[in-house]
Amino acid sequence: MSVTAPLAWLGHLVLSILAETGRVSRFTGATLAALVRPPFYAREFLHALLQIGWLSLPVVGMTALFTGGALALQIYAGGARFSAESVVPSIVAIGMARELGPVLGGLMVAARVASSIAAEIGTMKVTEQVDALVTLSTDPMKYLTVPRVLAATLSMPVLVAVGDSIGIFGGYLVGVNRLDFNGATYIKNTVDFLQFWDVGSGLVKGAVFGFLVALMGCYHGMNSGRGAQGVGRATKSAVVAASVLILAANYLLTEAFFSA
Amino acid sequence: MIRLTDLHKSFGANRVLAGVTLEVARGESMVIIGGSGTGKSVLLKSILGLVTPDAGRIEIDGQEVAGARMGRAAREAFLARFGMLFQGAALFDSLKVWENVAFRLLHGPGKLSKAEARDRAIDRLRRVGLRPEVADLYPAELSGGMQKRAGLARAIAANPEIIFFDEPTTGLDPIMAGVINELIREIVTEMGATAMTITHDMTSVRAIADRVAMLHGGQIRWTGPVADMDATPDPYVQQFIHGRAEGPIAAVR
Ligand SMILES: Nc1ncnc2c1ncn2[C@@H]1O[C@H](COP(=O)(O)OP(=O)(O)OP(=O)(O)O)[C@@H](O)[C@H]1O
Ligand SMILES: [Mg+2]
Repeated sequence: MSVTAPLAWLGHLVLSILAETGRVSRFTGATLAALVRPPFYAREFLHALLQIGWLSLPVVGMTALFTGGALALQIYAGGARFSAESVVPSIVAIGMARELGPVLGGLMVAARVASSIAAEIGTMKVTEQVDALVTLSTDPMKYLTVPRVLAATLSMPVLVAVGDSIGIFGGYLVGVNRLDFNGATYIKNTVDFLQFWDVGSGLVKGAVFGFLVALMGCYHGMNSGRGAQGVGRATKSAVVAASVLILAANYLLTEAFFSA
Repeated sequence: MIRLTDLHKSFGANRVLAGVTLEVARGESMVIIGGSGTGKSVLLKSILGLVTPDAGRIEIDGQEVAGARMGRAAREAFLARFGMLFQGAALFDSLKVWENVAFRLLHGPGKLSKAEARDRAIDRLRRVGLRPEVADLYPAELSGGMQKRAGLARAIAANPEIIFFDEPTTGLDPIMAGVINELIREIVTEMGATAMTITHDMTSVRAIADRVAMLHGGQIRWTGPVADMDATPDPYVQQFIHGRAEGPIAAVR
Protein backbone atom coordinates (compact mmCIF):
# COMPACT_ATOMS: atom_id res chain seq x y z
CA MET A 1 0.00 0.00 0.00
CA SER A 2 1.40 3.40 -0.92
CA VAL A 3 1.90 6.18 1.57
CA THR A 4 -0.71 8.30 -0.12
CA ALA A 5 -3.51 5.79 0.47
CA PRO A 6 -4.64 7.28 3.78
CA LEU A 7 -4.60 10.72 2.19
CA ALA A 8 -6.72 9.53 -0.70
CA TRP A 9 -9.10 7.94 1.77
CA LEU A 10 -9.33 11.18 3.75
CA GLY A 11 -9.92 13.07 0.52
CA HIS A 12 -12.78 10.78 -0.43
CA LEU A 13 -14.30 11.12 3.02
CA VAL A 14 -14.17 14.92 2.91
CA LEU A 15 -15.62 14.98 -0.60
CA SER A 16 -18.48 12.68 0.28
CA ILE A 17 -19.30 14.72 3.39
CA LEU A 18 -19.33 17.89 1.30
CA ALA A 19 -21.50 16.26 -1.35
CA GLU A 20 -23.98 15.03 1.28
CA THR A 21 -24.07 18.49 2.87
CA GLY A 22 -24.84 19.93 -0.53
CA ARG A 23 -27.66 17.45 -1.13
CA VAL A 24 -29.17 18.07 2.31
CA SER A 25 -28.99 21.84 1.75
CA ARG A 26 -30.72 21.49 -1.60
CA PHE A 27 -33.40 19.33 -0.01
CA THR A 28 -33.87 21.91 2.76
CA GLY A 29 -34.19 24.65 0.18
CA ALA A 30 -36.74 22.64 -1.78
CA THR A 31 -38.70 21.98 1.42
CA LEU A 32 -38.84 25.66 2.31
CA ALA A 33 -39.81 26.58 -1.25
CA ALA A 34 -42.58 23.98 -1.21
CA LEU A 35 -43.74 25.30 2.16
CA VAL A 36 -44.68 28.70 0.78
CA ARG A 37 -46.21 27.57 -2.51
CA PRO A 38 -49.81 26.35 -2.67
CA PRO A 39 -51.50 23.94 -2.48
CA PHE A 40 -51.34 23.04 1.17
CA TYR A 41 -52.50 19.54 2.12
CA ALA A 42 -54.37 20.19 5.36
CA ARG A 43 -55.45 16.61 5.87
CA GLU A 44 -51.90 15.33 5.62
CA PHE A 45 -50.81 18.05 8.02
CA LEU A 46 -53.40 17.11 10.65
CA HIS A 47 -52.49 13.47 10.30
CA ALA A 48 -48.81 14.33 10.81
CA LEU A 49 -49.68 16.49 13.80
CA LEU A 50 -51.43 13.53 15.39
CA GLN A 51 -48.63 11.10 14.61
CA ILE A 52 -45.73 13.33 15.51
CA GLY A 53 -47.13 15.53 18.25
CA TRP A 54 -49.91 13.81 20.10
CA LEU A 55 -48.61 10.26 19.93
CA SER A 56 -45.13 11.33 21.10
CA LEU A 57 -46.54 12.67 24.37
CA PRO A 58 -46.21 9.42 26.37
CA VAL A 59 -42.59 8.88 25.37
CA VAL A 60 -41.57 12.47 26.02
CA GLY A 61 -43.51 12.53 29.29
CA MET A 62 -41.93 9.34 30.64
CA THR A 63 -38.46 10.50 29.65
CA ALA A 64 -38.95 13.83 31.40
CA LEU A 65 -40.47 12.29 34.54
CA PHE A 66 -37.57 9.95 35.19
CA THR A 67 -34.96 12.49 34.17
CA GLY A 68 -36.40 15.13 36.51
CA GLY A 69 -36.37 12.62 39.38
CA ALA A 70 -32.79 11.52 38.75
CA LEU A 71 -31.69 15.12 38.34
CA ALA A 72 -33.11 16.01 41.77
CA LEU A 73 -31.18 13.14 43.37
CA GLN A 74 -27.92 14.08 41.65
CA ILE A 75 -28.17 17.79 42.41
CA TYR A 76 -29.02 17.02 46.00
CA ALA A 77 -25.93 14.82 46.30
CA GLY A 78 -23.78 17.42 44.56
CA GLY A 79 -25.28 20.32 46.49
CA ALA A 80 -24.65 18.52 49.80
CA ARG A 81 -20.91 18.88 49.21
CA PHE A 82 -21.33 22.66 49.53
CA SER A 83 -24.21 22.44 52.00
CA ALA A 84 -26.32 23.96 49.27
CA GLU A 85 -29.09 21.35 49.08
CA SER A 86 -31.66 24.12 48.77
CA VAL A 87 -30.66 24.77 45.14
CA VAL A 88 -32.32 21.52 44.05
CA PRO A 89 -35.66 23.02 42.88
CA SER A 90 -34.19 25.87 40.86
CA ILE A 91 -31.39 23.82 39.25
CA VAL A 92 -33.82 21.04 38.33
CA ALA A 93 -36.09 23.60 36.71
CA ILE A 94 -33.29 25.39 34.85
CA GLY A 95 -31.68 22.11 33.77
CA MET A 96 -34.94 20.73 32.45
CA ALA A 97 -36.08 23.90 30.71
CA ARG A 98 -32.78 24.89 29.13
CA GLU A 99 -31.17 21.56 28.29
CA LEU A 100 -32.72 18.25 29.19
CA GLY A 101 -36.30 18.97 28.16
CA PRO A 102 -35.46 19.94 24.60
CA VAL A 103 -32.46 17.65 24.12
CA LEU A 104 -33.84 14.44 25.58
CA GLY A 105 -37.28 15.16 24.16
CA GLY A 106 -35.67 15.82 20.79
CA LEU A 107 -33.68 12.59 20.91
CA MET A 108 -36.72 10.55 21.88
CA VAL A 109 -38.73 12.13 19.08
CA ALA A 110 -35.82 11.48 16.73
CA ALA A 111 -35.94 7.80 17.61
CA ARG A 112 -39.69 7.62 17.28
CA VAL A 113 -40.48 10.00 14.45
CA ALA A 114 -37.40 10.23 12.21
CA SER A 115 -37.43 6.45 11.95
CA SER A 116 -41.12 6.15 11.20
CA ILE A 117 -41.07 8.97 8.64
CA ALA A 118 -38.02 7.50 6.88
CA ALA A 119 -39.51 4.01 6.86
CA GLU A 120 -42.88 5.22 5.58
CA ILE A 121 -41.55 7.50 2.84
CA GLY A 122 -38.80 5.00 1.99
CA THR A 123 -41.38 2.27 1.51
CA MET A 124 -43.46 4.60 -0.62
CA LYS A 125 -40.36 5.31 -2.67
CA VAL A 126 -39.43 1.68 -3.28
CA THR A 127 -43.01 0.62 -4.03
CA GLU A 128 -43.28 3.46 -6.60
CA GLN A 129 -45.93 5.30 -4.60
CA VAL A 130 -43.81 8.45 -4.81
CA ASP A 131 -43.66 8.03 -8.59
CA ALA A 132 -47.41 7.49 -8.61
CA LEU A 133 -47.89 10.78 -6.75
CA VAL A 134 -45.90 12.57 -9.44
CA THR A 135 -47.97 11.04 -12.24
CA LEU A 136 -51.08 12.24 -10.42
CA SER A 137 -49.74 15.81 -10.67
CA THR A 138 -48.91 15.97 -6.97
CA ASP A 139 -45.54 17.24 -5.78
CA PRO A 140 -44.16 14.73 -3.22
CA MET A 141 -42.33 17.55 -1.47
CA LYS A 142 -45.63 19.32 -0.87
CA TYR A 143 -47.69 16.24 -0.15
CA LEU A 144 -45.22 14.26 1.97
CA THR A 145 -42.41 16.48 3.23
CA VAL A 146 -44.06 19.81 4.02
CA PRO A 147 -46.86 18.46 6.27
CA ARG A 148 -44.41 16.38 8.31
CA VAL A 149 -41.76 19.07 8.67
CA LEU A 150 -44.34 21.69 9.59
CA ALA A 151 -46.09 19.40 12.08
CA ALA A 152 -42.81 18.47 13.78
CA THR A 153 -41.60 22.07 13.95
CA LEU A 154 -44.85 23.26 15.48
CA SER A 155 -45.48 20.39 17.86
CA MET A 156 -41.98 19.99 19.31
CA PRO A 157 -42.15 23.23 21.34
CA VAL A 158 -45.42 22.01 22.84
CA LEU A 159 -43.87 18.64 23.60
CA VAL A 160 -40.90 20.39 25.21
CA ALA A 161 -43.21 22.54 27.33
CA VAL A 162 -45.09 19.46 28.50
CA GLY A 163 -41.79 17.65 29.09
CA ASP A 164 -40.42 20.56 31.13
CA SER A 165 -43.48 20.56 33.35
CA ILE A 166 -43.45 16.82 33.86
CA GLY A 167 -39.69 16.86 34.49
CA ILE A 168 -40.06 19.54 37.11
CA PHE A 169 -42.90 17.55 38.61
CA GLY A 170 -40.62 14.49 38.70
CA GLY A 171 -38.06 16.54 40.60
CA TYR A 172 -40.80 17.69 42.95
CA LEU A 173 -41.94 14.12 43.64
CA VAL A 174 -38.42 13.02 44.50
CA GLY A 175 -37.69 16.22 46.40
CA VAL A 176 -40.75 15.98 48.59
CA ASN A 177 -40.89 12.19 49.08
CA ARG A 178 -37.24 11.22 49.22
CA LEU A 179 -35.31 14.38 50.12
CA ASP A 180 -37.68 15.82 52.70
CA PHE A 181 -38.32 19.11 50.96
CA ASN A 182 -41.41 21.02 51.93
CA GLY A 183 -43.82 20.92 49.00
CA ALA A 184 -44.75 24.59 49.09
CA THR A 185 -41.13 25.72 49.42
CA TYR A 186 -40.13 23.50 46.52
CA ILE A 187 -42.72 25.07 44.26
CA LYS A 188 -41.91 28.58 45.43
CA ASN A 189 -38.18 28.07 44.76
CA THR A 190 -38.91 26.70 41.31
CA VAL A 191 -41.16 29.56 40.30
CA ASP A 192 -39.05 32.33 41.81
CA PHE A 193 -35.80 31.39 40.14
CA LEU A 194 -37.04 30.34 36.73
CA GLN A 195 -36.85 33.13 34.17
CA PHE A 196 -38.82 33.46 31.00
CA TRP A 197 -35.85 32.95 28.70
CA ASP A 198 -34.90 29.70 30.48
CA VAL A 199 -38.12 28.25 29.17
CA GLY A 200 -38.28 30.28 25.95
CA SER A 201 -34.84 29.22 24.78
CA GLY A 202 -35.80 25.59 25.31
CA LEU A 203 -38.93 26.04 23.22
CA VAL A 204 -36.94 27.59 20.39
CA LYS A 205 -34.50 24.68 20.58
CA GLY A 206 -37.47 22.34 20.43
CA ALA A 207 -38.74 23.92 17.23
CA VAL A 208 -35.31 23.62 15.61
CA PHE A 209 -34.96 20.00 16.72
CA GLY A 210 -38.42 19.16 15.44
CA PHE A 211 -37.53 20.64 12.06
CA LEU A 212 -34.30 18.63 11.94
CA VAL A 213 -36.00 15.37 12.92
CA ALA A 214 -38.69 15.56 10.25
CA LEU A 215 -36.28 16.90 7.64
CA MET A 216 -33.89 13.98 8.19
CA GLY A 217 -36.75 11.48 8.13
CA CYS A 218 -38.03 12.85 4.84
CA TYR A 219 -34.61 13.31 3.26
CA HIS A 220 -33.46 9.77 3.97
CA GLY A 221 -36.84 8.32 3.07
CA MET A 222 -36.94 10.14 -0.27
CA ASN A 223 -33.40 8.96 -1.04
CA SER A 224 -33.97 5.42 0.14
CA GLY A 225 -32.16 2.67 -1.73
CA ARG A 226 -34.13 -0.11 -3.40
CA GLY A 227 -35.74 -2.98 -1.53
CA ALA A 228 -36.21 -3.71 2.16
CA GLN A 229 -32.49 -3.25 2.78
CA GLY A 230 -32.60 0.20 1.27
CA VAL A 231 -35.47 1.19 3.56
CA GLY A 232 -33.67 -0.28 6.56
CA ARG A 233 -30.57 1.72 5.79
CA ALA A 234 -32.59 4.89 5.23
CA THR A 235 -34.29 4.45 8.61
CA LYS A 236 -31.02 3.97 10.43
CA SER A 237 -29.39 6.93 8.69
CA ALA A 238 -32.35 9.15 9.51
CA VAL A 239 -32.17 8.41 13.24
CA VAL A 240 -28.39 8.77 13.41
CA ALA A 241 -28.36 11.99 11.39
CA ALA A 242 -31.25 13.50 13.34
CA SER A 243 -29.64 12.66 16.71
CA VAL A 244 -26.22 14.02 15.80
CA LEU A 245 -27.71 17.16 14.29
CA ILE A 246 -29.81 17.73 17.40
CA LEU A 247 -26.76 17.55 19.65
CA ALA A 248 -24.70 19.78 17.36
CA ALA A 249 -27.52 22.29 16.96
CA ASN A 250 -28.04 22.27 20.71
CA TYR A 251 -24.44 23.29 21.29
CA LEU A 252 -24.60 26.04 18.69
CA LEU A 253 -27.91 27.38 19.98
CA THR A 254 -26.65 27.34 23.56
CA GLU A 255 -23.59 29.31 22.46
CA ALA A 256 -25.81 31.77 20.64
CA PHE A 257 -28.32 32.18 23.48
CA PHE A 258 -26.19 32.11 26.60
CA SER A 259 -22.51 32.79 25.93
CA ALA A 260 -21.58 36.18 27.28
CA MET B 1 -48.68 11.43 -30.73
CA ILE B 2 -45.65 10.10 -28.93
CA ARG B 3 -42.28 10.04 -30.66
CA LEU B 4 -39.13 8.68 -29.04
CA THR B 5 -35.83 9.26 -30.82
CA ASP B 6 -32.60 7.48 -29.94
CA LEU B 7 -33.31 7.20 -26.22
CA HIS B 8 -30.43 6.07 -23.99
CA LYS B 9 -30.42 5.18 -20.32
CA SER B 10 -27.89 3.37 -18.16
CA PHE B 11 -27.89 2.65 -14.45
CA GLY B 12 -24.20 2.63 -13.61
CA ALA B 13 -22.65 -0.01 -15.84
CA ASN B 14 -26.05 -1.50 -16.65
CA ARG B 15 -27.03 -0.25 -20.12
CA VAL B 16 -30.78 -0.54 -20.25
CA LEU B 17 -31.91 1.59 -23.19
CA ALA B 18 -29.41 1.91 -26.03
CA GLY B 19 -31.09 3.96 -28.72
CA VAL B 20 -34.82 3.36 -28.60
CA THR B 21 -36.74 4.95 -31.47
CA LEU B 22 -40.48 4.50 -31.56
CA GLU B 23 -43.63 6.30 -32.67
CA VAL B 24 -47.11 5.88 -31.32
CA ALA B 25 -49.89 7.58 -33.24
CA ARG B 26 -52.79 9.36 -31.54
CA GLY B 27 -55.59 6.97 -30.65
CA GLU B 28 -53.43 3.96 -31.23
CA SER B 29 -52.87 1.05 -28.89
CA MET B 30 -49.20 0.13 -28.82
CA VAL B 31 -48.09 -2.98 -26.97
CA ILE B 32 -44.49 -3.38 -25.88
CA ILE B 33 -43.20 -6.89 -25.47
CA GLY B 34 -39.77 -8.09 -24.51
CA GLY B 35 -37.89 -10.22 -22.03
CA SER B 36 -37.86 -9.56 -18.32
CA GLY B 37 -35.42 -6.80 -17.40
CA THR B 38 -35.03 -5.40 -20.91
CA GLY B 39 -36.16 -1.97 -19.77
CA LYS B 40 -39.84 -1.82 -20.69
CA SER B 41 -40.84 -0.20 -17.42
CA VAL B 42 -37.86 2.16 -17.62
CA LEU B 43 -39.05 3.18 -21.09
CA LEU B 44 -42.50 4.21 -19.87
CA LYS B 45 -41.04 5.97 -16.84
CA SER B 46 -38.68 7.94 -19.08
CA ILE B 47 -41.60 9.31 -21.05
CA LEU B 48 -43.26 10.47 -17.83
CA GLY B 49 -40.04 12.03 -16.57
CA LEU B 50 -39.80 9.69 -13.58
CA VAL B 51 -36.50 8.44 -14.99
CA THR B 52 -34.20 10.95 -16.67
CA PRO B 53 -32.79 9.56 -19.92
CA ASP B 54 -29.07 10.04 -20.56
CA ALA B 55 -29.67 11.05 -24.16
CA GLY B 56 -32.42 11.18 -26.78
CA ARG B 57 -35.60 13.10 -27.53
CA ILE B 58 -39.11 12.53 -26.27
CA GLU B 59 -41.85 14.41 -28.07
CA ILE B 60 -45.56 14.51 -27.35
CA ASP B 61 -47.60 16.11 -30.14
CA GLY B 62 -44.41 17.46 -31.64
CA GLN B 63 -43.37 19.20 -28.42
CA GLU B 64 -40.23 18.07 -26.69
CA VAL B 65 -40.71 17.09 -23.08
CA ALA B 66 -37.72 17.07 -20.78
CA GLY B 67 -38.55 16.20 -17.17
CA ALA B 68 -36.53 18.64 -15.09
CA ARG B 69 -36.04 21.40 -17.65
CA MET B 70 -39.76 21.94 -18.14
CA GLY B 71 -41.42 24.66 -16.11
CA ARG B 72 -43.65 23.60 -13.25
CA ALA B 73 -46.89 24.67 -14.91
CA ALA B 74 -45.97 23.04 -18.23
CA ARG B 75 -45.08 19.84 -16.42
CA GLU B 76 -48.36 19.77 -14.52
CA ALA B 77 -50.32 20.34 -17.71
CA PHE B 78 -48.30 17.56 -19.33
CA LEU B 79 -48.93 15.07 -16.51
CA ALA B 80 -52.62 15.94 -16.36
CA ARG B 81 -53.02 14.25 -19.75
CA PHE B 82 -51.58 10.97 -18.52
CA GLY B 83 -52.74 7.97 -16.57
CA MET B 84 -50.33 5.29 -15.45
CA LEU B 85 -50.81 1.83 -14.03
CA PHE B 86 -47.60 0.81 -12.30
CA GLN B 87 -46.31 -2.73 -12.45
CA GLY B 88 -46.68 -3.06 -8.67
CA ALA B 89 -49.98 -1.10 -8.62
CA ALA B 90 -48.35 1.52 -6.33
CA LEU B 91 -51.56 2.25 -4.42
CA PHE B 92 -51.13 4.66 -1.51
CA ASP B 93 -51.47 2.45 1.53
CA SER B 94 -52.49 5.27 3.83
CA LEU B 95 -55.62 5.95 1.77
CA LYS B 96 -58.75 3.88 1.22
CA VAL B 97 -59.22 2.24 -2.16
CA TRP B 98 -61.78 4.80 -3.35
CA GLU B 99 -59.56 7.69 -2.25
CA ASN B 100 -56.78 6.12 -4.27
CA VAL B 101 -58.94 5.80 -7.34
CA ALA B 102 -60.30 9.32 -6.96
CA PHE B 103 -56.94 10.87 -6.02
CA ARG B 104 -56.69 13.15 -9.04
CA LEU B 105 -60.36 14.09 -8.71
CA LEU B 106 -59.92 15.06 -5.05
CA HIS B 107 -56.80 17.17 -5.59
CA GLY B 108 -55.59 19.65 -8.12
CA PRO B 109 -57.46 21.79 -10.60
CA GLY B 110 -61.07 20.99 -11.48
CA LYS B 111 -61.58 18.91 -8.40
CA LEU B 112 -64.91 17.32 -7.67
CA SER B 113 -66.85 17.26 -4.44
CA LYS B 114 -66.18 14.31 -2.19
CA ALA B 115 -69.49 12.64 -3.01
CA GLU B 116 -69.03 13.04 -6.77
CA ALA B 117 -65.47 11.80 -6.62
CA ARG B 118 -66.58 8.79 -4.64
CA ASP B 119 -69.32 7.97 -7.13
CA ARG B 120 -66.84 8.23 -9.97
CA ALA B 121 -64.39 5.99 -8.09
CA ILE B 122 -67.05 3.35 -7.48
CA ASP B 123 -68.01 3.44 -11.15
CA ARG B 124 -64.37 2.94 -12.19
CA LEU B 125 -63.99 0.11 -9.70
CA ARG B 126 -67.02 -1.56 -11.19
CA ARG B 127 -65.51 -1.26 -14.65
CA VAL B 128 -62.44 -3.18 -13.54
CA GLY B 129 -64.60 -5.83 -11.89
CA LEU B 130 -64.39 -4.71 -8.27
CA ARG B 131 -67.51 -4.48 -6.14
CA PRO B 132 -68.47 -1.25 -4.32
CA GLU B 133 -67.66 -2.84 -0.92
CA VAL B 134 -64.01 -2.76 -1.90
CA ALA B 135 -64.10 1.04 -1.98
CA ASP B 136 -63.80 1.41 1.77
CA LEU B 137 -61.02 -1.10 2.29
CA TYR B 138 -57.34 -0.23 2.48
CA PRO B 139 -55.03 -1.47 -0.30
CA ALA B 140 -53.26 -3.87 2.09
CA GLU B 141 -56.59 -5.70 2.53
CA LEU B 142 -56.81 -6.54 -1.18
CA SER B 143 -55.30 -9.47 -3.03
CA GLY B 144 -52.52 -8.79 -5.54
CA GLY B 145 -54.86 -9.03 -8.51
CA MET B 146 -57.42 -6.77 -6.84
CA GLN B 147 -54.71 -4.19 -6.15
CA LYS B 148 -53.72 -4.33 -9.78
CA ARG B 149 -57.28 -3.64 -10.86
CA ALA B 150 -57.67 -0.82 -8.34
CA GLY B 151 -54.48 0.67 -9.79
CA LEU B 152 -56.04 0.39 -13.23
CA ALA B 153 -59.17 2.13 -12.00
CA ARG B 154 -56.99 4.95 -10.65
CA ALA B 155 -55.17 5.27 -13.97
CA ILE B 156 -58.40 5.75 -15.92
CA ALA B 157 -60.36 7.72 -13.31
CA ALA B 158 -59.79 11.16 -14.79
CA ASN B 159 -60.29 10.09 -18.44
CA PRO B 160 -56.69 10.70 -19.50
CA GLU B 161 -55.76 11.11 -23.16
CA ILE B 162 -52.68 8.95 -22.89
CA ILE B 163 -52.58 5.85 -20.72
CA PHE B 164 -49.66 3.61 -19.83
CA PHE B 165 -50.38 0.14 -18.53
CA ASP B 166 -47.45 -1.76 -17.06
CA GLU B 167 -48.50 -5.42 -17.13
CA PRO B 168 -52.23 -4.92 -16.55
CA THR B 169 -53.14 -8.60 -16.56
CA THR B 170 -50.23 -10.13 -14.68
CA GLY B 171 -51.54 -11.95 -11.64
CA LEU B 172 -55.16 -12.05 -12.81
CA ASP B 173 -57.19 -15.17 -13.51
CA PRO B 174 -57.89 -15.77 -17.23
CA ILE B 175 -61.47 -14.52 -17.04
CA MET B 176 -60.53 -11.33 -15.25
CA ALA B 177 -57.64 -10.88 -17.68
CA GLY B 178 -60.19 -11.09 -20.50
CA VAL B 179 -62.32 -8.42 -18.82
CA ILE B 180 -59.33 -6.11 -18.47
CA ASN B 181 -58.24 -6.66 -22.06
CA GLU B 182 -61.70 -5.70 -23.22
CA LEU B 183 -61.69 -2.65 -21.01
CA ILE B 184 -58.38 -1.43 -22.40
CA ARG B 185 -59.61 -2.00 -25.95
CA GLU B 186 -62.78 -0.09 -25.09
CA ILE B 187 -60.87 2.85 -23.66
CA VAL B 188 -58.88 3.14 -26.86
CA THR B 189 -61.71 2.69 -29.35
CA GLU B 190 -64.52 4.48 -27.52
CA MET B 191 -62.67 7.22 -25.67
CA GLY B 192 -60.03 7.68 -28.35
CA ALA B 193 -57.19 7.43 -25.85
CA THR B 194 -53.64 6.60 -26.84
CA ALA B 195 -52.36 3.58 -24.93
CA MET B 196 -48.98 2.00 -24.37
CA THR B 197 -49.21 -1.37 -22.70
CA ILE B 198 -46.45 -3.63 -21.49
CA THR B 199 -47.39 -7.28 -21.30
CA HIS B 200 -45.93 -10.77 -21.40
CA ASP B 201 -49.29 -12.33 -22.10
CA MET B 202 -49.68 -13.13 -25.81
CA THR B 203 -53.47 -13.42 -25.51
CA SER B 204 -53.46 -9.90 -24.18
CA VAL B 205 -51.24 -8.69 -27.01
CA ARG B 206 -53.67 -9.99 -29.60
CA ALA B 207 -56.67 -8.56 -27.74
CA ILE B 208 -55.28 -5.10 -27.07
CA ALA B 209 -52.76 -4.16 -29.71
CA ASP B 210 -53.03 -2.14 -32.89
CA ARG B 211 -49.27 -2.25 -33.16
CA VAL B 212 -46.62 -4.24 -31.35
CA ALA B 213 -43.03 -3.31 -30.58
CA MET B 214 -40.46 -5.71 -29.26
CA LEU B 215 -37.70 -4.37 -27.03
CA HIS B 216 -34.49 -6.34 -26.98
CA GLY B 217 -30.90 -5.40 -26.25
CA GLY B 218 -31.90 -1.84 -25.42
CA GLN B 219 -33.45 -1.21 -28.84
CA ILE B 220 -36.72 -1.78 -30.65
CA ARG B 221 -36.02 -5.08 -32.34
CA TRP B 222 -39.22 -5.19 -34.35
CA THR B 223 -42.34 -3.11 -34.67
CA GLY B 224 -45.42 -3.51 -36.83
CA PRO B 225 -49.17 -4.09 -36.87
CA VAL B 226 -50.32 -6.91 -34.66
CA ALA B 227 -51.60 -8.76 -37.76
CA ASP B 228 -48.04 -8.97 -39.11
CA MET B 229 -46.60 -10.30 -35.89
CA ASP B 230 -47.16 -13.98 -36.60
CA ALA B 231 -45.84 -13.75 -40.14
CA THR B 232 -42.64 -11.85 -39.38
CA PRO B 233 -39.52 -13.88 -40.04
CA ASP B 234 -37.69 -12.11 -37.21
CA PRO B 235 -36.32 -14.98 -35.10
CA TYR B 236 -36.43 -12.93 -31.89
CA VAL B 237 -40.12 -12.18 -32.25
CA GLN B 238 -40.85 -15.75 -33.26
CA GLN B 239 -39.03 -17.15 -30.25
CA PHE B 240 -40.81 -14.71 -27.93
CA ILE B 241 -44.36 -15.24 -29.16
CA HIS B 242 -44.01 -18.98 -29.19
CA GLY B 243 -42.18 -19.11 -25.88
CA ARG B 244 -39.37 -21.33 -27.10
CA ALA B 245 -36.38 -21.95 -24.86
CA GLU B 246 -34.15 -22.38 -27.93
CA GLY B 247 -33.38 -19.39 -30.14
CA PRO B 248 -31.43 -16.18 -30.48
CA ILE B 249 -32.62 -14.84 -27.10
CA ALA B 250 -30.32 -16.62 -24.69
CA ALA B 251 -31.98 -17.89 -21.56
CA VAL B 252 -29.37 -17.90 -18.84
CA ARG B 253 -29.36 -21.21 -17.02
N1 LIG C 1 -34.08 2.91 -10.35
C1 LIG C 1 -33.25 1.99 -10.86
N2 LIG C 1 -31.97 1.92 -10.43
C2 LIG C 1 -31.12 1.01 -10.93
N3 LIG C 1 -31.43 0.12 -11.85
C3 LIG C 1 -32.69 0.12 -12.33
C4 LIG C 1 -33.67 1.05 -11.85
N4 LIG C 1 -34.83 0.82 -12.50
C5 LIG C 1 -34.59 -0.22 -13.32
N5 LIG C 1 -33.32 -0.64 -13.23
C6 LIG C 1 -32.70 -1.71 -14.02
O1 LIG C 1 -33.09 -1.55 -15.36
C7 LIG C 1 -33.30 -2.81 -15.97
C8 LIG C 1 -34.66 -2.82 -16.65
O2 LIG C 1 -35.66 -2.73 -15.67
P1 LIG C 1 -37.21 -2.68 -16.03
O3 LIG C 1 -37.94 -2.61 -14.76
O4 LIG C 1 -37.47 -1.63 -17.04
O5 LIG C 1 -37.42 -4.10 -16.72
P2 LIG C 1 -38.72 -4.64 -17.42
O6 LIG C 1 -38.42 -4.77 -18.88
O7 LIG C 1 -39.89 -3.82 -17.04
O8 LIG C 1 -38.82 -6.09 -16.81
P3 LIG C 1 -40.11 -6.89 -16.28
O9 LIG C 1 -40.77 -7.45 -17.49
O10 LIG C 1 -39.52 -7.96 -15.45
O11 LIG C 1 -40.94 -5.92 -15.55
C9 LIG C 1 -33.13 -3.85 -14.89
O12 LIG C 1 -31.87 -4.45 -15.06
C10 LIG C 1 -33.18 -3.08 -13.60
O13 LIG C 1 -32.34 -3.65 -12.66
MG1 LIG D 1 -41.40 -3.95 -15.80
